[in-house]
Amino acid sequence: MARYESVLEACGNTPLVGLPRLSPSPEVRLWAKLEDRNPTGSVKDRVALWMVKAAEEAGRLRAGDTIIEPTSGNTGIALAMVAKLRGYRLVCVMPENVSAERTTLLRMYGAEIIFSEAAGGSNRAVAVAKEIAAEHPDWVMLYQYGNEANARAHYESTGPEILRDLPTITHFVAGLGTTGTLMGVGRYLREKVEDIEIIAAEPRYGELVYGLRNLDEGYVPELYDAKVLTRRFSVGTRDSVLRTRQLVEVEGMFVGFSAGAVLHAALAVAHQALKAGKRADVVFLVADGGWKYLSTGAYGGTLADAESALDGQLWA
Amino acid sequence: MAIEVRIPTILRTYTGGAKTVEGAGDTIADLLSDLDSRHSGIKARLLTPEGGLHRFVNVYVNDEDVRFLGALDAKLNDGDSVTILPAVAGGAFAFAAAHALRG
Repeated sequence: MARYESVLEACGNTPLVGLPRLSPSPEVRLWAKLEDRNPTGSVKDRVALWMVKAAEEAGRLRAGDTIIEPTSGNTGIALAMVAKLRGYRLVCVMPENVSAERTTLLRMYGAEIIFSEAAGGSNRAVAVAKEIAAEHPDWVMLYQYGNEANARAHYESTGPEILRDLPTITHFVAGLGTTGTLMGVGRYLREKVEDIEIIAAEPRYGELVYGLRNLDEGYVPELYDAKVLTRRFSVGTRDSVLRTRQLVEVEGMFVGFSAGAVLHAALAVAHQALKAGKRADVVFLVADGGWKYLSTGAYGGTLADAESALDGQLWA
Repeated sequence: MAIEVRIPTILRTYTGGAKTVEGAGDTIADLLSDLDSRHSGIKARLLTPEGGLHRFVNVYVNDEDVRFLGALDAKLNDGDSVTILPAVAGGAFAFAAAHALRG
């Protein structure tokens, strides 16, 4: 039944949709798990809901409390919705140059925004959030990169939904960000499906993003456990844009660029299965729709134009 | 034909500013030794004193992470493309987040 008591109840149970045109053969099929069909339009609704519930159960959050999180992306929007409906105040810290779409949406949900200098980037935003949190010891930072409820949301909901809808699954492919999706779904499927392959697609940004990042100061999210993965691909901007456009043109799915990166890896493993003469049901996760990225300009013009439009941006 | 190696900005001091260099070898370990013979010091930046791949360095062969292909023993063929990148799983925001939170 598709009737729910509130929008929070309508989180999850997203459709798994076949790709009849991009699938290599009747024995090697691709399936998209459409997470843009969540209340705020991304997979992060599950994460926000689970993290808030876990904090409530642990007694860390009580009605009227304040949540502070350095985020300008899908997690912030999802948290704003959950916080609104469960009676919390949300303070988001973000660089002042984030798009107007995001700040407008966050404010509509009642979130307060504290801007940090654009020049300091996300680095500065997190430092500011940390300073503010230190001044307010009663405020709660959920910190999705190290919060076990992030991965558990997928272990308890996304994973079981996929297996219920496609018991013949052989491969699961998703983007690698906080790593919560791959860790949660990956662990669940490994317990239930023999020889399942768990594949990560990691966005490879333009050089500006990596900049002069010191190799000694790298970062791997606390949630990450390489043993859950079978393979890990790095997908560049050009391939991600190409696949994102292909999904609209060929299968009618309008998705964000991270889903293009994930499809690129999914197609690689699907064609390897075809070549090896094996059957395969490859599920890939679409984290969000394309709406929030239209203003990048990367959905139109040539691929080279799109690539330069996204250069230096965190497109996933 | 050789193996094309893409060098991240931070390591271009070893390659005279070159974004890509050519190398040879049957495995990643061989390739890194070959690179170090012409770009002295680069290998030490990528490996730990114990000889493993540095935790915050990712190396890809034809876009696939070598840690899942046998790490330093991952096989190479002529015409392969190798990319070296700093580990920023979770995007720059995650990177910054952890860095700031750990102070």
